[in-house]
Amino acid sequence: MTPREHTLVLSAGIFGVLLAASAVGWVLKLRSAGEAPSPVVENLNARVKAWWVMAAVIGLALLLGKTAVIVLFAFVSFSALREYATVVPARASDHWVQLVGFFVVTPFQYFLLWMDWYGFHSIFIPVYAFLVLPVIAAVRGDVRDFMQRMATIQWGLMICVYCISHVPALLELDIPGYAGRNAFLLVFLILVVQGSDVLQYVWGKLCGKTRIAPGVSPSKTVEGFAGGLASATLLGSALWWITPFTPAQAALIAFGIALMGFFGGLVMSAIKRDRGVKDWGTMIEGHGGVLDRLDSVCFSAPIFFHVVRYWWTP
Amino acid sequence: MTLLAHAFADALCGVTRLVTGAQARWVGCGPEPRQRIYFGNHSSHADFALIWATLPSWLRARTRPVAGADYWEKGVARRYVIHEVLRGVLIERAGGPRAADPIDVIVAALEGGDSLIVFPEGTRNTGEEVLLPFKSGLYRVACRRPDVELVPVWMENLGRVLPKGEFIPLPLICSINFGAPLQVAPGEEKDAFLERARGALLALREAARPRA
Repeated sequence: MTPREHTLVLSAGIFGVLLAASAVGWVLKLRSAGEAPSPVVENLNARVKAWWVMAAVIGLALLLGKTAVIVLFAFVSFSALREYATVVPARASDHWVQLVGFFVVTPFQYFLLWMDWYGFHSIFIPVYAFLVLPVIAAVRGDVRDFMQRMATIQWGLMICVYCISHVPALLELDIPGYAGRNAFLLVFLILVVQGSDVLQYVWGKLCGKTRIAPGVSPSKTVEGFAGGLASATLLGSALWWITPFTPAQAALIAFGIALMGFFGGLVMSAIKRDRGVKDWGTMIEGHGGVLDRLDSVCFSAPIFFHVVRYWWTP
Repeated sequence: MTLLAHAFADALCGVTRLVTGAQARWVGCGPEPRQRIYFGNHSSHADFALIWATLPSWLRARTRPVAGADYWEKGVARRYVIHEVLRGVLIERAGGPRAADPIDVIVAALEGGDSLIVFPEGTRNTGEEVLLPFKSGLYRVACRRPDVELVPVWMENLGRVLPKGEFIPLPLICSINFGAPLQVAPGEEKDAFLERARGALLALREAARPRA
């Protein structure tokens, strides 16, 4: 099949799945006719509706090309960092450090990506932002909780900007025999990781009983985890034809990124519990904030990027 | 209001909503066309703008902020904003010579039928304290106009967006919550009322935080 045919088949598949999800939500809503629909059904319908929008936005950006994808993910990073900075503790004296994080570090990371300067964008935040930001704070002179404040800010930039920027970074990989089709790698990552989230949710709702980490997340169950991971692995394997992988390789990679995605959800939940909030934000109806939707992607994108870069590029 | 002032007001509201990401949460009452005094916590110069920007436009047109004359009468730009754009009610603070009693000025503004925005802490709270003690003005106004509803307004994070002395706002997400209206009970003493009003604002803060 040509890339064009791949795009058509993929789009039709995603369209079909969303249509089916909308139909299920509609039937569940009809069944509760007379009484108010349960909050779970209401939330399900809101989630499906948001998925339509997210699929359309990502699809449109991919069709428009590399610059559009980078601008989209720069905006996603900015919004995620905004939610993060709102929830975590900071002092008034951190104002300038945080401003630099938002208005210098974030755009510059995506600018480096746009330039295809891999050597720099892979170390810019872990080395240069890491060294320069505490200098700004030290010059300001407020020493109270210095370590904690700097670690909090650096951690936010790593998760919200550095990790998320590895999604559009997939476009710059030079894979022999795969030229012009890198957008499919991005689609593979998003479908498998987000699919895993959805499948864990579905398995958990259908037969979830045993909580896996009750102190961290009340909604994550062993049954949801196992069922979701297994079906995400199958999903990844079934998508091998859009990737440079064999079906077995696709299954293994899908398993790895779905597992990392689960861990991402767990870690980001731990922060939310500690800070006493249920969601990171309210930007995506039914899901919460950008970070609630992307916690799994933050943890899986760099791993996926490195796996592909190490074994599939010369 | 002139066309230019209208454009300024719309721009101010748009920018405030964009920067703060805040949407009004009407927790204890709805946006109704009644005469009210909105009393909020004061941690930033943008407090006025946030309450004002999140009111529906038909309420905004009939709502005026009460502000300190010493700050707002300085310079052409501030004077234009407070008089033409915000239609502020300016009062003179204690300490200096006063041409008019601030309570008279505020009550006169209420006679005009407009709603008001006040900050009963009296000054911006830039310290670690959650909410400073209230000044007595809220009680004295409420006694003279007991028919006007007092609506507590809790704003979260605005002090962090623009801390004292900073001029570039940090794009944190703010929240603004409107609580249940209160009124002075017959025979209620000043201190008891002020404590009750302050308690209502603190309770709103607790209720507005999405706890896990």
